[in-house]
This record gives sequence, C-alpha cells and structure tokens, in this order.
Amino acid sequence: MNIIATALLDLVDLIAGSVRSRAFSGGVHPEDCKHYTEHKIIEQCPLPDYVIIPLQQHIGAPSECLVEKGMSVKTGQPLSKSTQFVSVPVHASISGRIAAIEKRPHPGGNQSLSIVIENDGKDEWFDPAPDTPIDTDNIDIDDLKQRIQDAGIAGMGGASFPTHVKLSPPSDKPIDVIILNGVECEPYLTADHRLMLEKTDEILKGLHILMRIVRAKKAIIGIEKNKADAIQLMQKKTKRWKKISVLPLPVKYPQGGEKQLIRAALKRQVPAGGLPMDIGCIVQNVATALAVYEAVAFRKPLIERIVTVTGPGITEPKNFRARIGTPFHHLITASGGYTTSDVKIIHGGPMMGITELSDQVPVIKGTSGILVLDQSVSDLSREQPCISCARCVDVCPMKLMPNRIASFVEHDRIDEAVAYGLSHCIECGSCSYICPAKRHLVHYIKHGKALLVRKRNSS
Amino acid sequence: MESGLFLAMLVLGGLGLVFGAGLAIASKIFYVQRDKRIEMIEAVLPGANCGACGAPGCSGFAEGVTEGKYSVGGCTAGGPDVAALVAEIMGTEAEASASMVAVVQCRGGRDKAAEAAVYSGIEDCRAAILVDNGPKACEYGCLGFGTCEAACPFDAIVMSGQGLPVVNEALCTGCGECVKACPRNIMALLPKDRQVFLGCVSPDFGKSVKSVCSVGCIGCGICANPKFVEDEKIVMDGKLPVIQYEKIGNGADELKNSIEKCPSGCFVIRGKVPTKPRKETADIES
Repeated sequence: MNIIATALLDLVDLIAGSVRSRAFSGGVHPEDCKHYTEHKIIEQCPLPDYVIIPLQQHIGAPSECLVEKGMSVKTGQPLSKSTQFVSVPVHASISGRIAAIEKRPHPGGNQSLSIVIENDGKDEWFDPAPDTPIDTDNIDIDDLKQRIQDAGIAGMGGASFPTHVKLSPPSDKPIDVIILNGVECEPYLTADHRLMLEKTDEILKGLHILMRIVRAKKAIIGIEKNKADAIQLMQKKTKRWKKISVLPLPVKYPQGGEKQLIRAALKRQVPAGGLPMDIGCIVQNVATALAVYEAVAFRKPLIERIVTVTGPGITEPKNFRARIGTPFHHLITASGGYTTSDVKIIHGGPMMGITELSDQVPVIKGTSGILVLDQSVSDLSREQPCISCARCVDVCPMKLMPNRIASFVEHDRIDEAVAYGLSHCIECGSCSYICPAKRHLVHYIKHGKALLVRKRNSS
Repeated sequence: MESGLFLAMLVLGGLGLVFGAGLAIASKIFYVQRDKRIEMIEAVLPGANCGACGAPGCSGFAEGVTEGKYSVGGCTAGGPDVAALVAEIMGTEAEASASMVAVVQCRGGRDKAAEAAVYSGIEDCRAAILVDNGPKACEYGCLGFGTCEAACPFDAIVMSGQGLPVVNEALCTGCGECVKACPRNIMALLPKDRQVFLGCVSPDFGKSVKSVCSVGCIGCGICANPKFVEDEKIVMDGKLPVIQYEKIGNGADELKNSIEKCPSGCFVIRGKVPTKPRKETADIES
C-alpha cells in the first residue's frame, strides 16, 4: 500500500516536476517512518542531574572557557566567549555547580573539552526573560547580529554553522531571498515538523528579524508535502504578508539539503565550492528562526532545542524540548527506555546521522534527533565488491560518481578522488542507501576527506 | 614489379638513414649532462620506493643525494650498509646512524581488550576512527584492521589472529611507513639495539584502563619504585613510565625487577618474534 502511494506520489512529482522543474536530479525515497512521533506534542524533558556542555558545538573556531571548576552558574549564564568572528559561545543550560571541565565523549565522535554542571534543582535564570517581548523593530541591525552571536546561535538543522556569520554577507553580495528550511527530509525526525505546528507565530517573527537583518525582499518557506498540516497552517498564517510564500515540495531525499532546496525554490545553482550568498540567498532552519526570535525578543540564549527521540528501539518515542547538554540516556529513559538490549544509537537521522558508541553523549545544538534502531533494522552485513550498476551515480544529488570516488579512496589515491569531486560531496547518504552491494560509500568519502585533511596538514 | 620493391626499400632505407643521422646529431647537441653517480647510487639502494627518506622514490633520493638535498645516510630502509656504499660513491664518510625497527606499543588483542560495539564499516583503522573513534573500548589501543600491514612496503608486518600487528624484524627496515599510517600512534620506531620498550600508550587512570583492557598500563608506578630500580632508570610521565635508555644501556637486564613486578606485564622484550600466520578472516569473526 505504502509502495503504491509512494509510486503515485513519484508520478505526480515527475509530471509536476517536468512542468515546473522544481526537483533536483537524483535523490532517493526512503520510507519516512515519521509515524512514530509526528503526532506527539512536544514535551518538556525533565531536567537531568547533570549536563555535559562541549565548548565546541559549531563549525568554526572553538570558544574560550570563562568558568572554573567549583563555580556556581545560573541558567543562561555564558560559559565561554567567542574570540573570533566564526565562533559562538555556549551557555549554562541548568543552574548548579561546575563539577568538572574535562574531555568527554562528543556526539560528533572523539573526546571534546566539555563543562559538566551538576544540577542544583533550582533552575535559577541568569538574566530572567522579560514578561513582554522586546520590540525588535527598533533594534539596530548590528545589535541584532551581536545578540544572535552572544546567544550562541548556530544553525540547528545539523551542520551548526554560526548563524550571525550567515547573516553577514559581504556588501558585494546582496541577499534578496531567505529560504526557511522546514523540509525535514530525514526519515524518523519530526522535531521541525512539530515546531512548525506549535510555534508557528514565533518562527514567522524570527523570519521577519532575519529578513530585516539581510534586507531580503522575499522569503520562501520550504516544506515537504508529507507535512500537509504544517503547510496549511503556514499558508494560513502568512496569507497577509505578500513577501512570504510557502512552497510545498515533492517528497524526495535530500530535498532539505541546502543546495537542493535552493535549486527547488529558486532554480538557482550554488557554484561549486561557493556559498548560497554567492547567488543572493541564505537558507535558515525553522528552529534557528525560532531561536533567533527568542534570543532577540526575550534575551534567551540557545540553551534548549527540540529533540525527536524515536525509532523501533525506543519504548515510547517522543518529541522533547531538552536542555543542551542533557545526556542521551536521560532522554531515552524519559521515553520509556530501550525495547531491547542490542541497539544502535544514532545522533541525527538514519541517512546522515552519526552512530554513537554510548548513550553518555550529550544533546548539542545540532541534535535534531536521537534514533535508536534495533536488530530488525540495523544491517550488519559486510560490504560486497562493486558491481558497477551505477545506481549511486543516478541518485547522487550532487551529480558525482560515488563509486569511483570510493574506489580511489579505498586505494589511497586521494588526488584522483579530489579530481572526481570528493570535496563536493554533501554526505547525504543516498548512494550508500541505494547500493545493492552494501558498499559503505559515504564512509569512504568521509574517510577520503579525513585523509585529504591529513595530507594537507603534513605537507 | 621488382623495381617497385627496390624503390620502396630505397625510400624507407633512405628515410631511416636521414632520421638516424638526425637523431645522432640531436643527441650530441641536446645532450644532458647527468651525474653518473645517480645511477650508481640507485643501483645500491633497496629499490622499494618506500618514500621513507622523503623523496618520491629511490631515483629521486639518488638525485637528491648528488645535489646535497639528502644526506648519504638518508635511506633509512637501507640502513648503515647502504649508507656506507652511498658514502663511498659520493666520496664522503657516512655518519653513524642508528638503524631502527618498528615496534607495536599495544598488547591488547581481541582476547585482552574489550570492544565497545560491533563495527561493520570499512576495514581500515583510519576509517574506523571516524565512527565515534573506533569500536575498541580503549580509545588509545590498536584497532586491528591492519592499516599498518597494508602500508608496509617490505611485507614486514602481519596481523595476528588476535588483531595485533606483528613485526617481522628480519624484514623491517625501519622506514616508518607504518608509523605514518597508524592513526592511534601505536607503531613507533626504536633503535635496533634497544631491547625493551613499553607495550601500552594509554595515559588514562588505572581504573578506566583496567575496565577496558587486561594488559594495559595502569600507571601504578611500581616499575619506577626505587625499591626495584635504582638511579631513576624508569621515571613516570603522568600515568606512563618512561625508560631512560641512556642510563640502562641497551639491554633489558638492568630493569629485570621492574619488568617482573609490572602487574599487567606491559614491558615488551624484543627478539621474541612470533611468526604466527594470519588466521583466515572467517576464523577471526567466529
């Protein structure tokens, strides 16, 4: 039934796509598995006994630690300051005593310097929010950007690029369109979907602030068609603004990829190695827009986010509003625990997420979901030799040849891999998903990128 | 008919003569003076193109030596013998260089060290560390996918059935390719005359080492205790002991007590070369 429905949708998309040519080339149709949590209202996660806050949660320079072991901190107090432009600070997400500043496992892999805060149970705020929202229209644009940086906001779709940097294009690159990314094409995840339903007004207010900062003439909210309720609600709420339009998008992975979304919304193509600002647009996640609004109107730093805790390995899948630094096991316990003892824990969605070795890692700014798979869906089979079917080439949304790149990396021929576009891969996982030989194509590409960095550092 | 054949022979032969003469003249006019020593040096080098000297290959190194870019003893793979020959060709003295051997500073094979998860990704240590720092519970230990084995240009490294590299010292030239390949810095070069080294690199506290590996250094410091070793021949650097080679000479005898007292048996005495062949992959998996 599901297959027929998807096939029908495909057909409709194909016809509609050929008329409007909205779709990017390639892509895959994984089962969306959003039924676990899409109708679950966001719940406030009970505060954990301790939080682990890594100093590096964004792309860019690490922030400098401001606190010492033993100090008492209040909720929202800055724990670090950014000394460089491409950097954002982190804030205490609960009130309590700093128990340790040491290396702890980071969800992105490896150990990372983190601040551990023991909860005193009071949740006292450092800078209590005003009862009525601050009038944002009178704030100077530079002040707005400064507030966004000080609030520690980094893109909340997963890549965690500091938001104020995206909002500061050089003067020769004017931005005419802001695209708000509510696509959420990763299977299982419903955090953005729920947020769009429950915080619609706040998201739109955040969007207005973003539009004002970059002086955008137009905004497009991209939402995949499988979230019909969110599309309807957004369309209703944006009816009175001519500048903002809602764009329902065909259901195809990775529709929410920045370059793919821009292609669909504007028919513009980001140049290879370039940024969206090169073609006059920026893309922001819906959760980022909300965080921007709260930071500006309520002086609230980024200390919590929506996390979908889901998957067949979870007893009672839920959408949580969780404080940054909450350990995974706390959220998993709050969702009724594991259904089985052998599980695979993934930080993020199944396509691009990172497998975690333990549930001791904390929620960070880019944690859109915690996915727990059981044995029925985790595939542990060994990879087989490539049969040259070229399905990975067909589905690659970046028009690369993952098979060739992977082979080059496998034999340590990095220069050739680079010539075949290694660095342009967005690691969406479509190739690994479709590969009938179960080749770990994205793993090879990530491995290749790591080797490239190593090679550049050594020479 | 016959005249046609004759004509063809004449034309082709004539052309051959003309081109031959042309080439002969060109080779005189455009002659590149090449240092004769380059070929001579190349002849004495091992010819493995391992790249340990820093040059792209053996001929690159030979050329570099004549230009003074590399020292005559620069070929680590060749060792002192080759250095002496190269020095002879160059008409200089070879400086005394210690020849090195690769050692494995981890003893936590599959039977001794725990795995934190089942890993089914690419079988390359450098790729495995990308997945949450590799499946091994010890974050410093050998991952055992044989990246060093693949990197060795002399086939001197073989993975044991327990997933630990074993260096065949007879074949190892100390080129250091395995050291460069290992993402965990388990492989190291030791001067060939030194007999003993520490078989663990974990700087963690004893409790956490013990929880993941039965042969890891727990940092107890008993080996550095003056009761067992005099004159600070072993000093503790954080949680790891450091052997002071300049105080003990090269043998292991002076550290006998310390080596015996080590609760995890972390000190490795070289020379015991196990030549167990690699088991079949299916065997390891089961």
